[in-house]
Amino acid sequence: MNFPRREFLKAGGALIVGFNLSEALFGQSHLDPVSRPPVPGPPDAKMVDTWLAIHADNTATIFIGFAELGQGNSTALLQVAAEELDMDMSRLKTVRLDTSITPNQGGTYSSASIQRGGPQVRTAAAEARLALLQMASKKLDAPIEGLTVSNGVVSAGNGKSVTYGELTGDRPLHIPFTGKAPLKPFTQYKVVGTGVPRNDIPDKVAGKYVYMQHVRVPDMLHVRVVRPRGQRAYGAGAKVVSIDESSIRGIPGARVLRRNDFIGVAAENEWDAVHAARQLKVTWETPPALPGNRGMHDAMRASKTTDRVVLEKGNAAAAMVGAAHVVSQSYRGPYQMHGPFGPNCAIADVKPDSALVICSTQDVYGTRTGIARILGLAVDKVRVQYYEGSGTYGHSCYDDVAQSAAILSQLAGKPVRLQFMRWDEHGWDNYGPAHVGEIRAAVDAAGRIVAYEYDGWQHNWSLVETAEQLALNRAPAAWPGAAAQGVSANHLGGIYYVPNLRLINHQVPGGDWFKGGWLRSPLDLSLAFASEQTIDELARLSGIDSYEFRRRNIVNERWLGVLDAAAKASNWKPRVAGSNISKSRIVTGRGIGLGTHLASYGGAVAEIEVNRETGQVVAKHMYGAIDAGLAVNPAFIENQIGGQLVQTASRMFKEEVTFNETGVTSLDWNSYPILRFDECPEVTAVVVQRLDQRSSGAGEEVMAAAAGAIANAFFDATGVRMREYPLTPKRVLAALRG
Amino acid sequence: MAAEITIKVNERSWKVAASADTPLLYVLANELHLQGPRFGCGLAQCGSCSVLVNGVETRSCVTPVAAVRGKSVTTLEGLPAWYAARQKLSVTPALHPVQQAMIDEQAVQCGYCYNGMIVKASELLAKNPRPTDAEIRTAMKGHLCRCGTYPRVIKAIRRASKAMSGGAA
Repeated sequence: MNFPRREFLKAGGALIVGFNLSEALFGQSHLDPVSRPPVPGPPDAKMVDTWLAIHADNTATIFIGFAELGQGNSTALLQVAAEELDMDMSRLKTVRLDTSITPNQGGTYSSASIQRGGPQVRTAAAEARLALLQMASKKLDAPIEGLTVSNGVVSAGNGKSVTYGELTGDRPLHIPFTGKAPLKPFTQYKVVGTGVPRNDIPDKVAGKYVYMQHVRVPDMLHVRVVRPRGQRAYGAGAKVVSIDESSIRGIPGARVLRRNDFIGVAAENEWDAVHAARQLKVTWETPPALPGNRGMHDAMRASKTTDRVVLEKGNAAAAMVGAAHVVSQSYRGPYQMHGPFGPNCAIADVKPDSALVICSTQDVYGTRTGIARILGLAVDKVRVQYYEGSGTYGHSCYDDVAQSAAILSQLAGKPVRLQFMRWDEHGWDNYGPAHVGEIRAAVDAAGRIVAYEYDGWQHNWSLVETAEQLALNRAPAAWPGAAAQGVSANHLGGIYYVPNLRLINHQVPGGDWFKGGWLRSPLDLSLAFASEQTIDELARLSGIDSYEFRRRNIVNERWLGVLDAAAKASNWKPRVAGSNISKSRIVTGRGIGLGTHLASYGGAVAEIEVNRETGQVVAKHMYGAIDAGLAVNPAFIENQIGGQLVQTASRMFKEEVTFNETGVTSLDWNSYPILRFDECPEVTAVVVQRLDQRSSGAGEEVMAAAAGAIANAFFDATGVRMREYPLTPKRVLAALRG
Repeated sequence: MAAEITIKVNERSWKVAASADTPLLYVLANELHLQGPRFGCGLAQCGSCSVLVNGVETRSCVTPVAAVRGKSVTTLEGLPAWYAARQKLSVTPALHPVQQAMIDEQAVQCGYCYNGMIVKASELLAKNPRPTDAEIRTAMKGHLCRCGTYPRVIKAIRRASKAMSGGAA
C-alpha cells in the first residue's frame, strides 16, 4: 500500500502529517499486521496453515473467516484456539477478513460463528498441536505421550522443553488435516467457557478503532448515490426519465456518474459530493401504486400465492372436533428495517483487470461473487476486505453499497469512497418482510395441546441488489431456497408436543412489495407473536398458569431448561393470565414466551406497563434465558441476550416501515423511531451452560421468546389480545376501545 | 467557496480550508482525521457525531464549521485531557473515567454509538456528578443505540460517577 499524499496541516506552529494510511488501514492493534502475502482466495481449507500460523516469538495468528460485528466472535474464536493449542490468549491474535488472506467459512449469519466456526478452528488448532508435539518429540528426544504443554511451551519428562515458536520459527507447517488429531475433552477446558474480556472494546471506547467509515485511500473521490427518497415496489426499481446535469454546475468538481438507471455523483470534497447528490435534479418515472401501510396485510392475504405444506402429521382438522377449547386468530407483523447506526460505507478501486473493495459485508466471499458479476471480472480478480461498520443485524445495505462503490469506481476510473446517507440506508434496505399468520389450535380437558394449524403469508428475500438492478437492468429475483423465509417448524409446534400438526406457507410474490432480506431472527418475532399468544390463550381457556401450561406441553428437557431459567430469574408466581387486571390508568402485566431461530433454545419473561389513557406501553424488566449448548464465552452471550431483549422491545413497541402509494416514507430516526434510554427495560440475562452439548447460535434466539413474552404481558395487563404489532399508542388505544 | 478557517480542537489550533457551511463533522473526519465523531444520520437525530463545544454536547453533523470559530471543541480523543484540566489533575489519564467504565462493564457491542454515549455521559457527569438513574436516562435519551446496550451504558455511567467522586474505580 502506498501512503497518501495529503497536505500538511499547520497546527500550533508545528507541521503535522494529516493522515497516514498505514494507521487507518491497519490501525487496530489486535488485527495488526497482515501476516502473510495475499493469494487469490479462498486459501485451501484442507491445509492447517490456512487457519493459523505459529511465529518465532511463540505467538500465533488465527485466521478466521467470520466477521466481528460487535458480538465478540473475534475474541471467542481465539478462546477456542487458545484452549486447543494450550496457549494464553495474550499470545494469540487474528487478522481482518480478506478474500486474499482468510478462509471461507461462509457468511457471518444464522448466528453461526461459534456453531460452525468453532469446530473448524478447534480442529485446525488440534491438528497444529499434534504436529507441533511430533516435532517436539524429535527435538526433545522424548515420546509424544509424555509431553505436556503450558502456554506454548512443550515439556518432556526428561526435564527438557521447547517453545512452539522455537520449533517452527516463522515457517508454515505445510501439513494437511489428518483427521486424527485428538480434541481436548471439555472437562479439561480452562479458557473456553470463561468470560474473557472482548479484545476490541478498549480501542472502540478510545476512538482508536478503525471503522469502515474511517478508512480512506489515496487519490480517492467522494461519491454518493442518487435515488428516489424511499424505495418503490421491488419489481418497479427506479426508472430515470431525465437528468439535469446543469443543476450541480456550481459545485466545485462535482460530476454525474451514470450507468442506465444507476446514478451517482462524485467530488473531491465530501461535503461537495453530499451537496451534489442533494441538488442534482433527476426526474423519475412514476412507479405503480403500492397499497400503503393500511392496506398491506389485506393485499398480501389476497395475493396469488405459491403454497407449500411445510409439515403435516396426524389430522389437525379432525382433532379440533370435540376438543375442550379451540382458538382461531389472525396476527400481523410489519416490515422492519436493519437500520445500522452508521449507514453502510464502502471503498472501491476498480481497474480494467482487477478490483479491490473494502466494506462491512457479513460475507466477504459472497460479496466478491456479486461484485465480479457486475464488473464482468473473474472472481479471483476481485479482492474484498472487511472493516467493521456499525452493527448490521442481517442483510442491510452492505452488498448494495459495495456493488454501488464498484460501479462508481469503474465509471470514475478512480478509487471512490461511497458513504450511504441516512435516507439511502433507511429507504433502500432489504427489509424484514411483513407477515400475516393465522393459527387454529386446540387443547383437551387435561390442558394438553391436541391440534395446531398454521397458515402464513409473507414474501421472499430478494436476490438482486438495487445497484445491480438499476445499473444492469437486472430483473428482480427471489432468493433461492425457502427454508428460513417462511414458516419455521422449529417454532410453530416444534417447541411443544403436538400430535396433530399442519403448517402451510403461502409465498406472496415479492416484486409487488419491497426488497426483503434476513433481519436478525428472520420472521421469528412475527411467528412467536402469533404462536406464543395462541399457546397463552389455550392456557387461559384451560384455566392454567402460562408457565405451568408450557411445562405440561413440553417434552424436550432443553426447552424446559430455558423456560425454568426465565421463570426463576423473574420470580414467576403462578396465576392465570389476565386474572388480576386493575382498573387504574397505568396497569401492569407479565408474560412468558419461548422461541428460537434455528438451533438454540430461548425463553423470556417480560414485565410491562400499559397506560390506558395514552396507549403507551413500556417494558420495565425483561428476562432472557438461552441454551446454546457449550457457551464458549458466557459473558458475551449475556451481552447478546441484553441486546436481544432491548432490540425486541424496540421492534415490538416502535418499529414499522411506513410507506405511501409511491414508496417508503421511513427515511430517518424520526419517521422510523427506535427505543430510547428513557423507555429501556432493565434486563436480566441467564446462560444455561451445557458443556457437553455442541455450541449453537446465541445472537438471535431470545428475540422470538421475548416478542411472545411482551405480547402475553400485554394481555395479562389489559385482558386484551394485540393482533398486530408494533404496539404503538394508536394501535393500543384502538385495541383497548375494542 | 473554501476559505481558511482557524478552529480549536482538543486544545490545539488548526487552520483548515473549508466552506463556512461545511459541517464540523466533515472537517474533523476528513481534515483532522479524528475517529471519535462519526457519521450516523447527518440530521442531529442519533448522536454518533457528538463533540463538546465549550463543554456542551453538540452535534457536529449539523454544526457549520464557521460556528465554532473562537470556541473550544473537544472530541472523544481529547476527553481525557479535558477531564484532567477540569479536575486539575497533574497527569492526564489514558482514558476518561466514562471510557474506563465502558470497558469495565463490557458495555459495548458494535460500539459505533459509543462516541456519542461517552461524550454525552462526560458532559452529564461534569454538570451532575451523582445523577440518579432517572437523570441518566433523561440526559442520554437523545443518543440512540441500535444494538440495545442502554442498560450497560447506564451501569457504566453509575460506575464512572462513583469513580470520579473517589469511590472504587
